[in-house]
Amino acid sequence: MSALPTENRFADPDAAYAAIVDAHEGLSEAESAAFDARLVLILANVIGDLAILRAAIEAARKR
Amino acid sequence: MAQANQTASMNTAPFPTRFAYARSEDQGAGREAHHPVVVIGAGPVGLALAIDLGQRGIPVVVLDDADRIGDGSRAICFAKKTLEIFDRLGVGKPMLERGITWNVGRVFHRDAELYAFDLLPETGHGMPAFINLPQFTVEAILVAKAKATPGVDLRWKNRVVGIDATSSGASVDIETPDGLYRINADYVVACDGARSPTRALMGLDFAGRVFEDRFLIADVRMIANTPTERWFWFDPPFHGGKSALLHRQPDDIWRIDLQLGWDADPEHEKRPEIVGPRIARMLGHDRFALEWVSIYTFQCRRLEQFCHGRVLFAGDAAHQVSPFGARGANSGIQDAENLAWKLAAVVKGDAKAALLSSYDVERGQAADENILNSSRATDFIAPRHAGAKRYREAVLNLAVDMPFARRMLNSGRLSTPTSYDTGLSTPDIDSWTTATRPGSPMPDAPVVRAGGESDFFLAMLPATACLVVFGPAPETPDDLAVLRVGTDIVDCEGLLAKRLDATPGSAFLLRPDHHLAARWRHPIHDQILAALDRLRGKA
Ligand SMILES: Cc1cc2nc3c(=O)[nH]c(=O)nc-3n(C[C@H](O)[C@H](O)[C@H](O)COP(=O)(O)OP(=O)(O)OC[C@H]3O[C@@H](n4cnc5c(N)ncnc54)[C@H](O)[C@@H]3O)c2cc1C
Repeated sequence: MSALPTENRFADPDAAYAAIVDAHEGLSEAESAAFDARLVLILANVIGDLAILRAAIEAARKR
Repeated sequence: MAQANQTASMNTAPFPTRFAYARSEDQGAGREAHHPVVVIGAGPVGLALAIDLGQRGIPVVVLDDADRIGDGSRAICFAKKTLEIFDRLGVGKPMLERGITWNVGRVFHRDAELYAFDLLPETGHGMPAFINLPQFTVEAILVAKAKATPGVDLRWKNRVVGIDATSSGASVDIETPDGLYRINADYVVACDGARSPTRALMGLDFAGRVFEDRFLIADVRMIANTPTERWFWFDPPFHGGKSALLHRQPDDIWRIDLQLGWDADPEHEKRPEIVGPRIARMLGHDRFALEWVSIYTFQCRRLEQFCHGRVLFAGDAAHQVSPFGARGANSGIQDAENLAWKLAAVVKGDAKAALLSSYDVERGQAADENILNSSRATDFIAPRHAGAKRYREAVLNLAVDMPFARRMLNSGRLSTPTSYDTGLSTPDIDSWTTATRPGSPMPDAPVVRAGGESDFFLAMLPATACLVVFGPAPETPDDLAVLRVGTDIVDCEGLLAKRLDATPGSAFLLRPDHHLAARWRHPIHDQILAALDRLRGKA
């Protein structure tokens, strides 16, 4: 399994978190879920590495 | 597998589609006749196998329970590799003449086109990516060829009702209009379809998945000037929330697939007064006639093993896929091609029976690949849960302008041949830059024959193993066919060398099924002998 970076990689992590959360402002439950699906797909393609993607899925599922 | 309902019959093929039962000399002979190979089932797979074996000098008896070609809505898309096999068997030309060629597919979401794809973006191939031709025409052409092939004995209205397999052969019990008889065979190949009675008689498990959805498959006759392309809709305005497919066939016949959902009542949906308006909504007019209507539920399943002693399984009897991707008949015909040369070599005593286990390995790998692709496509077309539906919606939404999402959008991954990971291949010792590797199907390229005529590389290859050499030929064994590029054929556009990454002195050992067995930059005699031994299952 590929190593999943879990240390902070953002210069301003608060801004990154806020950017994601703010994007959901005013969205219904369904719109919010649809938005996340689009975002996940775009980010997954940016990562472009199936091993890292699988590791991330595993890490999210384990919680 | 499916309930099919005939609403009208269509039999425009010039090839005969009904055949007479004839009593064979094996019946009532007082003793049980013995045959080297018996094929059960005269569908596309059994027929292709019988022709191939016959051409290799192996007599073969083909048993089929019907006396006619089953019409109805089954396969229409026949892929490049299948056409190359048909060409080797001598029926490429009639298939191409009767079929219609297509390379382009378009995908629509709601009322907008999302994108188009070209399955064969490069030129210089003898065969198109696909032709559309109804399965009953393909079978009719194959039957005519089988009848003309010495050694092929086609027996209609011969239903297999029993099989008794031993370590040295199998006995087959056959029911005919004249009663029962029994024949013995060294090898039996079951090509008796998805419901394979042979599989059931042997108590073999056919495990896999049923997709909980129903699809309406209709063939309609109409005059339309829609181009010869594959059009697929997700959630179109005329069929809200579901998928639809429109694809042209020869003779003004069009194939339509409409997803109905799991709750749809097949009996109700098949009624002309229900189907007609559904299709009229799709086409935007009612100037069409229904030729066939069927409702299908699709499955992906396979036998764990394709070889059970002297009884071998091929085609739908061995594996079944959902049709998105046109991988059923196309993979079955590749089973037949993979098995024919191996079985012929074993029956002739040129190879040990162990060679047949490579059939199980290679075509098992292909079945897994086809099942994986067909399952993924079916899951995309018919999402199984809320999350899947949401992600599909996201892909469709992003695909409008993001190329990566178009690559995830799945309306069927159309049949391509498998590159075998197999003990018959010799691992590379030199380095090569191509995606083609030992086990891969050979690429095609335009060539000029010694006589000066234009042709294609794949059409020049013999049905035996063959060494293709660029530049001076190395020393080779007498029984190995050699094709010299530059002498026997000219690589007129340099595409063959390019597609193979060939340099002067390079040599490529091809299998009888035109997959690559070994390649070298500068081979020596011993390397070629060792690779041939491997290919014959001796290493
Ligand atoms: C709607 C639909 C669309 C499809 N589209 C495509 C496509 O576009 N491209 C593609 O490649 N595939 C497609 N397929 C799949 C394709 O139709 C099958 O994969 C193909 O028919 C398999 O061929 P086969 O020879 O293995 O079996 P079959 O065609 O089923 O032939 C089996 C034969 O065995 C005979 N038989 C059965 N029992 C006995 C017995 N007891 N004794 C003697 N004979 C017996 C039968 O009469 C029959 O002739 C489609 C299928 C469906 C349903």
